[in-house]
Amino acid sequence: MMNLIKSLGIWIAAAILIVILPYVFPSGASITTMCLMGIMIIFALSYNMLLGQSGMLSFGHAVYYGLAAFVTAHTINWAIKSGVPLPLPLIPVAGAVTGLIFGIIFGSVSTKRAGTAFAMISLGLAELVYSSSLILRSFFGGEEGISADRTKLIRFFGYNFGPQIQVYYLIAAWCLLCVILMYAITRTPLGRMCNAVRENPERVEFVGYNPQLVRYIAFSLAGLFAGVAGSLAAINIELAQASFVGAAQSGAVLLAAYIGGVAFFVGPVLGAILVTYLSLTLSDFSEIWVLYFGILFVVIIMFAPYGLSGLLMMHAQFWRGPLGSRLARFGRLFGAYLVAAVPALIMLGGAILFIEMIHHVAQKGAEGANMHFLRRNYITINTHSVLPWIGGIVAMIGGFFAFRLSWPTVANAWHKALLDAQRSGA
Amino acid sequence: MSSAVELDNLEKRFGKTEIIRGVSLDVKLGERHAVIGPNGAGKSTLFNLISGRLIPSAGSIRLRGENITGLRPFEINRRGLSRSFQVTNIFPRLTVWENVRCAVLWSKGYKYSFWHNIDKLEDVRARTQEILEQINMANRAQIPAGVLTYAEQRALEIGITIAGGADIILLDEPTAGMSRSETEHAVALIRKVSEGRTLIIIEHDMGVVFDLADRISVLVYGQIIATDQPVKIKANQKVQEAYLGAAGHD
Amino acid sequence: MAELIIISTLNGVLYGMLLFLMASGLTLIFSMMGVLNFAHASFYMLGAFLGFQISQWAGFIPALFLAPLIAGGIGALVERYGLRTVHKNGHVAELLFTFGLAFIIEEVIQMIWGKLSVDYRVPTWLDFPAFTIYATNYPAYKTFMLVFSIAIFIGLIYLLTRTRAGLIIQASLTHPNMVGMLGHNVPRVFMLVFGLGTALAAIAGVIAGAAYVTQSNMAALLGPILFVVVVVGGLGSLWGAFVASLLIGLLQTFAIASDWSLNKFFGDFITPTRGTLLFDVWTVTIAQIGPILPYLLLVLVLIFRPTGLFGTRET
Repeated sequence: MMNLIKSLGIWIAAAILIVILPYVFPSGASITTMCLMGIMIIFALSYNMLLGQSGMLSFGHAVYYGLAAFVTAHTINWAIKSGVPLPLPLIPVAGAVTGLIFGIIFGSVSTKRAGTAFAMISLGLAELVYSSSLILRSFFGGEEGISADRTKLIRFFGYNFGPQIQVYYLIAAWCLLCVILMYAITRTPLGRMCNAVRENPERVEFVGYNPQLVRYIAFSLAGLFAGVAGSLAAINIELAQASFVGAAQSGAVLLAAYIGGVAFFVGPVLGAILVTYLSLTLSDFSEIWVLYFGILFVVIIMFAPYGLSGLLMMHAQFWRGPLGSRLARFGRLFGAYLVAAVPALIMLGGAILFIEMIHHVAQKGAEGANMHFLRRNYITINTHSVLPWIGGIVAMIGGFFAFRLSWPTVANAWHKALLDAQRSGA
Repeated sequence: MSSAVELDNLEKRFGKTEIIRGVSLDVKLGERHAVIGPNGAGKSTLFNLISGRLIPSAGSIRLRGENITGLRPFEINRRGLSRSFQVTNIFPRLTVWENVRCAVLWSKGYKYSFWHNIDKLEDVRARTQEILEQINMANRAQIPAGVLTYAEQRALEIGITIAGGADIILLDEPTAGMSRSETEHAVALIRKVSEGRTLIIIEHDMGVVFDLADRISVLVYGQIIATDQPVKIKANQKVQEAYLGAAGHD
Repeated sequence: MAELIIISTLNGVLYGMLLFLMASGLTLIFSMMGVLNFAHASFYMLGAFLGFQISQWAGFIPALFLAPLIAGGIGALVERYGLRTVHKNGHVAELLFTFGLAFIIEEVIQMIWGKLSVDYRVPTWLDFPAFTIYATNYPAYKTFMLVFSIAIFIGLIYLLTRTRAGLIIQASLTHPNMVGMLGHNVPRVFMLVFGLGTALAAIAGVIAGAAYVTQSNMAALLGPILFVVVVVGGLGSLWGAFVASLLIGLLQTFAIASDWSLNKFFGDFITPTRGTLLFDVWTVTIAQIGPILPYLLLVLVLIFRPTGLFGTRET
């Protein structure tokens, strides 16, 4: 019994968190944001069944998400029209089935190959579906897409899912269910063979397994969960559009999973939360926020290939020994980080200033010389004056070299913390 | 005695180059059979053909009487033939435990199940533990395989090979690159795990070969020039010539 | 009909040659380094925009030489300071890096030149009809594009088969490790090949940009077709890339000129109701499904020949 509670503990905690979150962040905007996060968590985890678990890099995962969204919209409309008593909470099942079916169809073509060829095929299939969406107007609804009024379905215990908070709980419940299921799948024979196929597909053939079939099943299941996410997305905005199957959507889930870190189960969850948050807030600061986003992605690929969760796990090893020494260890480490953070922020500020000024001169020259930095009305910068240009460049380059100088401090502190942790662990 | 592996006039060409030039061989059930020969004779190619990694250009392969020519490696493996590799071929980022367990799974019938909790499969756990003890790595179970020492990785390679319970085992140079004491350990291990099984082994260390094998086949330039008991192989005129000739180039 | 066929063939070969200019660089890079450069079409786009800007300032001819040089230089820097860092993390990380790069290049181009198409035109001294077939005037600029891309193609063959550098590159296609063993500075060869490959894409961009639309989405539109070319041809096969380029060039050009649909042939027998899925399928013309054809070809080739038309390597 204790064991059961222990193993279920984290899920019970997650369930409690989900219930109380709307009380902590009650504003309409934050409820909307959390809805998007819940959808993205499912989508990013389903993506990681491919990339992180099985080593398949897909550029077309939005196909299953998007097609499920369309089927969801059609299902809702059909249920309303024909009067079939189908409550909204069951609708995502239609999305799951759609995702699974298309995963089975397209997977049969793409999972024969691995590596780069698989990646390119996933891209080609995504383009195929996206281009088709412009032709098959009766199913994809052309430019407007297919809209569906979720409130007109039969009520579910009196709820009509008009208010966003009700949709939040619907998404949250499905999200928790899917996360538990996807976590469980990693701990099954198939889940482990996925890891083995990722590591060494050839050897898998000599322990009795067909690596192509392992990939195929994993791919189909990933399609199923992507389908749930897409279905919830259509329910959330009561609309399915061609952009749901598009390259940008496929790219977004890749970014979310990778930034969070594909090596750990929790990584894509963190990534989904962060990427959703950033994509909603960064636009308040800059028109070219997507560029910064791309740069963040490349920096992570270059310097932190295990993503955010990887960085967190690297710090987990310091969490050893008596509480006092743990805190002291982290205190010293973060002190060193602070030393490096100052020049890093200066470099970053200079670079952003420089980029924003180029953007202003190139695109908004007609609006005059003055630019509101980071869209703050209280920071006005004259782009025709030479001073801010010099300031930006000096901060960028000076910050870079100062950062390089400060790096040994961090490396040193890291090394010491590691030794200290090993000593107190032993 | 009935046959474990029968090769009938097996050939393998890569373009115009003929690597295996008509090999016929009959390995009996329960036999320990060694394949020796100079470098480039085609020993590993022969293993690749038997295990399904390569498809023969001509000829046939029978496993306990069943024709398995052209089957894929996993199909052959499921019929009870398992092999190791000359270049260590493990799952580097998985733990030793996971490495062995992956090799156990199919034989316990769980196939592609995504509904069993793998940690609750008592038969899989017991078998994995048994294999780890056999290869003396029970205390290394939670270490990622990629960071093991070379000799440990070779032992793990053997562990993965036998874990599925195959009764016909092909070992490709299991002791290559090992020190003398490591080789002794490895030979003891091979002797232990091949107990009651059919073993086909490629080996350069003649001490190991004559110590282990019931019969020896000598492969030279893609052809078997002799198959016999160790004592008789030593005395064989053709083998003498081939080896003394080859020794000059080695 | 004959007129249509001749014009479509000319346009198809032209489009195919442009595709090959890009696919050849992509294939060279892939064969040597094992990296499929996702940003390859972005360098094509960069070539077009640089070509536009330089021809504004200094004219078309300087643009034709400077733009590929600059783009190739950027490519070489990307290899030296980006890809090389990522290399130790494996091919997936490398592919993702170039994916991120494509993202950044598109955003930077939007930041500088905006989202709308720029006014990149055929130079006036090439803006006349070169010859007339039946009643159609064939533009001089397209003739120039065709001749120029064929010239580059011949130059590339010469470089690969007749020069020492080319022999090293060719050897690297089949035996990448051996070339390093023989004492060549493989990292530098990689950097140069990456630069050369991106420069080839940029050349295609400079000449195609003036004839077609130069816009910040051109990489996103062309990139997937380019990858279809290299997968259909067989990853790593130059010859396969050539055949697939022409095949897809002709396929798409002929499709555009065709107004055939199922309805045209079978409309008398079956007339689906408007607004149904069958109606969509029935009335769509070949011209409308032109953009899908490369992807359909990809699926078909993969079903019947998973390694591509001329492919040998598994990854």
